[in-house]
Amino acid sequence: MDVLRNKARDLLAQGQVQVVIGYEAGTGGARRPSFVRSEADVARLVWDADCVGNLAGYLTRAEIKKMGKIAVVANAATLRALLQLTAEHQLAEGAVSALVVTEEGAVLELSNAQAVTEHVATLPASLSAADREKLDQLMALSREERRAFWEQELQRCIKCYACRSSCPMCYCGSCTMDCNRPQWVPVASHEMGNLEYHTVRAMHLAGRCVECGECGRACPVGIPIHLLTCYAEESVRRQFGQPAGTSATLNYALGTFRPDDQETFIR
Amino acid sequence: MADEAFEPKITAFVCNWCTYAGADLTGTSRLKYQSNIRIIRLPCTGRVDFMLIQKAFARGSDGVIVSGCHPNDCHYTSGNYHARRRWMVFNDLMEFMGLDMRRVTFSWVSAAEGAKWATLVNEVTDHLRELGPYTEYQRLLNAGVA
Repeated sequence: MDVLRNKARDLLAQGQVQVVIGYEAGTGGARRPSFVRSEADVARLVWDADCVGNLAGYLTRAEIKKMGKIAVVANAATLRALLQLTAEHQLAEGAVSALVVTEEGAVLELSNAQAVTEHVATLPASLSAADREKLDQLMALSREERRAFWEQELQRCIKCYACRSSCPMCYCGSCTMDCNRPQWVPVASHEMGNLEYHTVRAMHLAGRCVECGECGRACPVGIPIHLLTCYAEESVRRQFGQPAGTSATLNYALGTFRPDDQETFIR
Repeated sequence: MADEAFEPKITAFVCNWCTYAGADLTGTSRLKYQSNIRIIRLPCTGRVDFMLIQKAFARGSDGVIVSGCHPNDCHYTSGNYHARRRWMVFNDLMEFMGLDMRRVTFSWVSAAEGAKWATLVNEVTDHLRELGPYTEYQRLLNAGVA
């Protein structure tokens, strides 16, 4: 932890960055985002296994970009989101430095997409073992049972859009959900509207989701909503061989095509 | 009403250049097919947003047909290729969410395939008549606001 704090102090002191985004102690032992802008504040930074949040969502916000050059304390999911955001031209190449704490406790500074790409290639998959198991369980069910499962889960949705707000890949200035002429998706937390909202979210994240699980953690009513986007992402990976968040130059899978894409259901 | 035989409502999203012309050919060839279908003409299958399919079900369709030019025949060169990718993911995701994808038929029908269109519509209509109304989806419309 001291190595990380020292690194942050050096970067701020030398003026290489103006803000270090990392984690600090929150309530109840949780970790919350921390925006360190002066050397005096680096003591707030912590790093441990509880630092699971994806901090990449802050990098595209105008008020954060205004602060100047950014260094972000990055876990695996944050690194992947960083690459995906660069691939989608939301972050300029090299605009953000990633600080990675290795298992040995050293701190790596990855200051360009090339370095991040090489580091990400050494990391295991983002999806947790528990989520993997849940996905497999759901797939083993019959269609009827899956429908019942999602109906049960989605009817609790209160349409607070926390999943959208917490998602690092949901950066659109205006969202289909806020469009009311025409009103595609009802605003009220109605069962049909909930189903439509979550379909739209999953479809819009297919081929872009970095499987950080942030939406599931953000959900105030505990819907495992990240399973939908993770499944959509997995579908793209399986069918088109394009894993999101592994390269800064990847084309959006649904924005491109191959003439020999193989499907089984078109008559 | 109750003892009337069930007739499925089918919404078809077709592209202007191939399937719409194909359906027109079916008519000018005097081929008959069942009249359960409502055709909505769009410029290209690339225009078929997955929300259109969901909205069709929400507005009471029991089945949906999406049809356009064969691969490599798109009037806009690549609209159908893009659409195909989107359907591949949509189809997969809807299976995962437990929607009844037997009710959605994707097909390629060219402007010369009037007979294929008639066969397709007849087959889909018969199949949907067997499946019955899509109550499990339409029921959600009347569910209360949480």
